[in-house]
Amino acid sequence: MSKPISITAPLTDNVLRALRAGDRVLIQGVIYTARDAAHRRLAQALREGRDLPFDPRRQIIYYTGPAPAPPGTIIGPAGPTTAVRMDPFTIHLLQAGLKGMIGKGERSPETAAAIREAGAVYFAATGGAAILLARSIRKAEVAAYPELGPETVLKLEVKDFPVLVAVDTVGGNLHREGRDFYRM
Amino acid sequence: MRSVRAEKVAEAVARLYREAACSPDPGLEAALAAGRAREESPAGRAVLNDLIENLRLARQTGAPPCQDTGTAVVFLELGQDLRIEGGDLLEAVDEGVRRAVREGYLRPSIVADPLRRENTGDNTPAVLHLEIVPGDRLKLAVAAKGAGSENMSALKILTPAAGEEEIIEFAAAVVEKAGASACPPVIVGIGIGGNFETAPLLAKKAITLPLGERHPDPFYAALEEKAIERINRTGVGPGGLGGRFTCLDCHVLAAPCHIASLPLAVNLDCCLPRHQTATL
Repeated sequence: MSKPISITAPLTDNVLRALRAGDRVLIQGVIYTARDAAHRRLAQALREGRDLPFDPRRQIIYYTGPAPAPPGTIIGPAGPTTAVRMDPFTIHLLQAGLKGMIGKGERSPETAAAIREAGAVYFAATGGAAILLARSIRKAEVAAYPELGPETVLKLEVKDFPVLVAVDTVGGNLHREGRDFYRM
Repeated sequence: MRSVRAEKVAEAVARLYREAACSPDPGLEAALAAGRAREESPAGRAVLNDLIENLRLARQTGAPPCQDTGTAVVFLELGQDLRIEGGDLLEAVDEGVRRAVREGYLRPSIVADPLRRENTGDNTPAVLHLEIVPGDRLKLAVAAKGAGSENMSALKILTPAAGEEEIIEFAAAVVEKAGASACPPVIVGIGIGGNFETAPLLAKKAITLPLGERHPDPFYAALEEKAIERINRTGVGPGGLGGRFTCLDCHVLAAPCHIASLPLAVNLDCCLPRHQTATL
């Protein structure tokens, strides 16, 4: 495995273009959470020409719905949820300037192409490692839609949040390549 | 006639659901470590390292190892000579789920209506399967069932002309299509027989069986072994990143069926098998 690359959100084009499928990456800075219900609302707002509750330009969205935080803790366990469920909404967010997504699993071929064409990157985090991943979250506050409970949009500050590049800007696709290599 | 208070049922469900969500199958760590020793893929080994470290953190902190603490799936086997007193049995089950969620900081993941989708806030109602059995005991089995793997499960009605091979190929295709979404290495529950509605319930029961346990009938035990070997050839690997260790375990449950039918259901569970049982 290669040495991890440290990147900081918001993401610049130079950083995005240098990433390749399979690279280990440690994310620093601010990222936003959003999963199914929040994506529906964000995409709806964009279709209606309304402003989003946060500026998505050059930002990263983490597909997660954390468990509740016990008193005295920053956040509960917070692992990635299945990314392909966000595919119907992803194109709208890319058009609004989103440059990074963190989730688990392969994107549809259409969405992977849209991500590449937007010069954006999709990162994979380890599904089922929710406590481990939450340890990299240093601050969490509500950014929008608190009425959605576990699907609230949170603004997170992360330090060394560990991911792999899954869809890069030059056509690399970690899941597809990995499976094809090991299929018997 | 023997009796049990409904409050005792609520207490048991609360304890079992919380324990299930926070403490996966006791054999899991050893099974993941054994898989890691055989795994050829560096990315796959890195995923297994993450999962093993995450389990250690769960033990240390008492927190649930996954944020998706699941649908609470509750199997009750109620002895016909047992009376439930002082309350409604079904309400007691939901009260248990509610307490586990509140006291264990589990995630409320249930919406009251599938289309209008408002979160109930306490993970109720449970998915409840009730069976009346001989005796005067109440057996409870509670699973914390995550949606990532549930979403990728499948049902197919084969014809009796189909054999073992078609069953195994179907299971492998389900796992391959699921890829990383089901959080591999996965547990594969295969339900065969019964009717349209029977096979999925058998498959669900199959994923709640202890890790490493083989079917008591050598014929089905062999089918489980063959399915594991075939699924490990899909290349999906840990985390769906490519590798050899795709199937953590496979359990088959079978039931009698019609001369014209061969119902087949494959229920996937993730790399965190979470279930507990108790008898009152």
